Amino acid sequence: MTLQEAKFEYLLRLGDSSLIIGHRLSEWCGHGPILEEDIALINIALDFVGNATSLLTYAGQVESKGRDEDALAFMRGEREYRNLLITEQPNGDYANTIARQFLFDTYMFFLYEELKNSKDETIAAIAVKTHKEITYHLRHTSEWMLRLGDGTAESHERLQNGLNDLWMFTSEMFEMDEVDAFLIKEGIVPDLNKIKANWEKRVFEVLAEATLQIPTTTFKQKGSKEGKHSEHLGFLLAEMQYVHRAYPRAKW
Amino acid sequence: MDDAKQLEAFEAKIASGAKIEPKDWMPEAYRKQLIRMMSQHAHSEIVGMLPEGNWITRAPNLRRKAILLAKVQDEAGHGLYLYSATETLGIDRSELLAQLHTGKAKYSSIFNYPTLTWADIGAIGWLVDGAAIMNQTALARGSYGPYCRAMVRICKEESFHNRQGYEIMMHLAQGTPEQKALAQDALNRWWWPSIMMLGPSDDQSPNSDQLMRWKVKMESNDAIRQRFIDRTVPQADFIGLTIPDKDMKLDEKTGSYTHGPINWDEFFEVIKGNGPCNANRLKARVDADKKGAWVREAATAYAAKRSKEKLVA
Ligand SMILES: [Fe+2]
Ligand SMILES: [Fe+2]
Ligand SMILES: [Fe+2]
Repeated sequence: MTLQEAKFEYLLRLGDSSLIIGHRLSEWCGHGPILEEDIALINIALDFVGNATSLLTYAGQVESKGRDEDALAFMRGEREYRNLLITEQPNGDYANTIARQFLFDTYMFFLYEELKNSKDETIAAIAVKTHKEITYHLRHTSEWMLRLGDGTAESHERLQNGLNDLWMFTSEMFEMDEVDAFLIKEGIVPDLNKIKANWEKRVFEVLAEATLQIPTTTFKQKGSKEGKHSEHLGFLLAEMQYVHRAYPRAKW
Repeated sequence: MDDAKQLEAFEAKIASGAKIEPKDWMPEAYRKQLIRMMSQHAHSEIVGMLPEGNWITRAPNLRRKAILLAKVQDEAGHGLYLYSATETLGIDRSELLAQLHTGKAKYSSIFNYPTLTWADIGAIGWLVDGAAIMNQTALARGSYGPYCRAMVRICKEESFHNRQGYEIMMHLAQGTPEQKALAQDALNRWWWPSIMMLGPSDDQSPNSDQLMRWKVKMESNDAIRQRFIDRTVPQADFIGLTIPDKDMKLDEKTGSYTHGPINWDEFFEVIKGNGPCNANRLKARVDADKKGAWVREAATAYAAKRSKEKLVA
């Protein structure tokens, strides 16, 4: 593996996760539980799409095969996508969306905090901007964790169910392979064990304050690093990509 | 002061060009009419999120996706801002929403038409936001302070939407033959609803002198429509699209375009609830409200617990 290959692969992992979770959030548009939340969710989706655009643009430059951010977003298929499985999981009810967001936002918060120190200047610059945004996202989702966890019996139960269902997708966030090893050595990306420790600490704190239980699921889902996804991703990409693919020669 | 004197002072204030503010005395008819107009406007902003929102996940590239997200976020912001402005007249947002959900309150007829292709996103920005601006710049000169201020702020963003919509259309019109066909098809479907959304013609909707005197209504529907048409037809020409009105022609003397007959039957049918998307739009809003009820309850319960803690501490 070359540095170029490792970087390209890693950028896809980051960019795809942002793009796919942004897509999921945008599905709430116009259907949120309260107007203020519609605005917040669209805003957060917009940040994710912006972040994905920067990362995929850079991925294309690193790859230097003439693919731009749109070619990477719209012309890759299910097996070529590298987003974490948790990001493609359907929205479910609002509690499920908040649980998914909270677990992922916390991960992203600590990951991008480290990426700010990346020896790759472009990654570091993207991380600085993203970390500011994700700080706001995490505050927002953490507040909702408390409201729903410690709100009514119904909201508590729904949120606990959401957490339990999603827990099996969390260990994948900290899986490392030869791409990580290569880039850690170069000082470009952090060791995910460190992120995991921070993530657990923060997640457990918020769950405790929200009167929620740490899920006991030990079952683990993984596969995104090899492009092995859940069945949901195919439908999502079909929707996201069809206009772009239907008019191959078009500029928009 | 008795009512007659109050009314006289109120009308004199408006005639002088001063704004009426929430705490000022106002006739009941004025308050009612403003609640009706402002809430209708707020409802239009949030119902309008639906036809556009459903293209966010299918936008043709990442840049267009981001622009559309930002636009729909703006519209939601307009809704929020207008609900708050309406609340200054002594009515709650929850009550206004209840009126929307029961069908008592209306929203703009335009959002009862479907967005069938990506080009419709261009057409809406160009035509629908464009028509709304014509109406809203007039309303910004009205008499009720909070509404005027809302209009000034909102119009700035609507102009931005209008330019972005036109830019989408321009790209399509100058693109591949398939793209150009999409653009023309969208213009064909959105043109008449867009000029109808400015309201019935003056002979069907006699302007009450009182509403004009009170500066609740600033200009007749036909006058606003004419300005919209005169501004838009040259824009269509410029990008090589054809306005779907064979009777449209430039009157050399006035510099204005005359248009063919408008199908007002269709307009009144849509207003009555028989447009292609009325049922869907309302159902989407009602469902969101129902599905969100437990979330709002939880937020209220949580806030109550926290404020109790504060009292104890
Ligand atoms: Fe509007
Ligand atoms: Fe708006
Ligand atoms: Fe707009």
